[in-house]
Amino acid sequence: MKLFKTMLLAGAATALAAPALAQDGGGVSDDAVKIGMLLDMSGPYSALDGQGSVVAVQMAIDEMGGEIDGKTIELMTADHQNKADIGSNLARQWSDQNNIDLILGGANSGVGIALQEVTSEKNIAYINNGAATAALTNENCAPETGLHWTYDTDALANGTAVAMVKEGNDSWYFITADYAFGHKLEENAMEAVKANGGTVTGNVRAPFPTQDFSSFLLQAQGSGAKVIGLANAGTDTQNSVKQAQEFGIVQGGQKVASLLLFLTDVEALGLDAAQGLTLTTGFYWDQDDKAREWSAKFEEKHGAKPTMVQAGMYSSALNYLKAVKETGTDEAKAVVAKLKEMPIEDAFSRNGRVREDGLMVHDMFLAQVKTPDESEGKWDYYNIVRTIPGDDAFRSLEDGSCAAVKG
Amino acid sequence: MAFFDIPLPVFMGQLLIGLINGAFYAVLSLGLALIFGLLNIVNFAHGALYMVGAFVAFLLLDIAGIGYWPALLLAPVIVGLFGIVIERLLLRPLAELDHLYGLLLTFGLALLLEGAFRHFYGVSGERYAIPDALQGVFNLGFMFLPVYRAWVIVASLIVCIATWLLIEKTRLGATMRAAVENADLVRAFGVNVPLLVTVTYGFGVALAAFAGVLAAPIYSVNPLMGSNIIIVVFAIVVIGGLGSIKGAIVSGFLLGVCEGLTRVFWPEASNIVIFVVMAIVLIVRPAGLFGKAA
Repeated sequence: MKLFKTMLLAGAATALAAPALAQDGGGVSDDAVKIGMLLDMSGPYSALDGQGSVVAVQMAIDEMGGEIDGKTIELMTADHQNKADIGSNLARQWSDQNNIDLILGGANSGVGIALQEVTSEKNIAYINNGAATAALTNENCAPETGLHWTYDTDALANGTAVAMVKEGNDSWYFITADYAFGHKLEENAMEAVKANGGTVTGNVRAPFPTQDFSSFLLQAQGSGAKVIGLANAGTDTQNSVKQAQEFGIVQGGQKVASLLLFLTDVEALGLDAAQGLTLTTGFYWDQDDKAREWSAKFEEKHGAKPTMVQAGMYSSALNYLKAVKETGTDEAKAVVAKLKEMPIEDAFSRNGRVREDGLMVHDMFLAQVKTPDESEGKWDYYNIVRTIPGDDAFRSLEDGSCAAVKG
Repeated sequence: MAFFDIPLPVFMGQLLIGLINGAFYAVLSLGLALIFGLLNIVNFAHGALYMVGAFVAFLLLDIAGIGYWPALLLAPVIVGLFGIVIERLLLRPLAELDHLYGLLLTFGLALLLEGAFRHFYGVSGERYAIPDALQGVFNLGFMFLPVYRAWVIVASLIVCIATWLLIEKTRLGATMRAAVENADLVRAFGVNVPLLVTVTYGFGVALAAFAGVLAAPIYSVNPLMGSNIIIVVFAIVVIGGLGSIKGAIVSGFLLGVCEGLTRVFWPEASNIVIFVVMAIVLIVRPAGLFGKAA
């Protein structure tokens, strides 16, 4: 009898709770919008991403007043240490224990892809800003929950590689970081080189991270290619550019193309070593007034100008929060759907929109690193050569391979 | 002429580059071997102290305007003194305990040092220019050899040979070797063994700092530069035979070359080849190439 009563009570409780649960799906869960950032906080990508990205996202939260219609915005951060397993474990933990609403993923494509899987399984909104691999909106796409914001390997190849081939630098040798990011960047750049009439003489895969690139550079030198394409990032890029100069590669008549170069890399290399490098970037602090104004505020807080990843983090967090405000919910699919309707225009993005496959298409910039004479001081590093309209910069939806969109 | 499908010039170039990397390995593993030999401590802080050496050179230039050449002497002295303080204050109380305690302490120390430099300087690295006298390249016909890299080989060879001579051919070295064999007996002869131990630790640490200064102009001066190299150096010491001076030097250069060649034949495997060699050596000769069987 007692058991029967208990069951009856339990049944009644469930019946009462059910409408509440259903309602919860339409509002903000736990009365808080919870954002978690998974970044490289201490490794080779932490200068271009790391703490600066946290500062940028905090700026977006402050801009929204720290709350959305009375629901507080909470921010958590963790170091993924460039390990996919650590990243996905943290994401699972945040999902199970903290009921996280948005995960902002930073640099490292391996981790980026792993997070895409976890977030789509757990129905968490996911925006990646630092990982370069175009796989995030192609073979590994999850367009209902996962967005890719700042740049991708396609845009880098379509910018830097195409521009250089058109200048007559038509034979390439690649030095590639041996993991998901490097492979994808190499693949995209090879396609771009060949599509524009160039040839690829060879490639070498360097372990990530590597301190000494001299062996690889010597092999590239021996290949006789006109251009040595560096499909790497962060400290790997710095070391390879610096050592290319040391080994007289540029004096020998070969060009170095750093396919992914961040502002912090140029700062670490110095203009003497970096001058003349062609690069593609999603953002430059000095691109226009809006960018300058925001970057000045960022510099006050962080002590350095923002990289494109950090600016992209700000932009994605800000637009996510706006979408939450407009929809009145933090349910992942509803917010992501809203983001796809909104024009994306802020300090970071020009002519931006989120495409069906989750890619944030926006204008990119082809830039060249200034010579020491041209530069007027610290952080004055790029000449913007031209603006690449979003549709030219990124791979078109038709050429993409996102199964969920293609059906 | 070609060697395994690799043109000879490229092959020669790779050999030379292997030697350059080997030079760093040799100086670092030499310091480790010395410390292990006399103190029986696996000095996990060695990589961090190598990094500190590079930073001291950077700071000397940045703050005091002291250039590369004085720094090459000053940085090892400063870091060596720091090492002596570590030995006296931290390692001495652990001398009678299990080796593990020394290992843990030095590991903690490495994390502390790295964390501190990361806090103040970030990870993107600081620039340190190649000194004017060593700018430029030699054209060897088969490759361009940067003058500075050639200097790295020469400088490390000099330091390695001098250290080896000191240990093997001088009275001080003989006393040190005796203390390794039987510290109590040496003490009975009136030798101040604790002082000897302190000086040895300081010297080993100074060698790490010297390698750090050598590395500063090639790599960016970076708080993580030590942790990137230290595990490899440990493997090299094990391959050479724990505590063997000659073993540390020879296997340092040898494995640098081995790694360099792997970068041509199978680049993806170049960061594990040293550990594969270590595993094989441990199976075939557990005491290492130059170690005495226990």
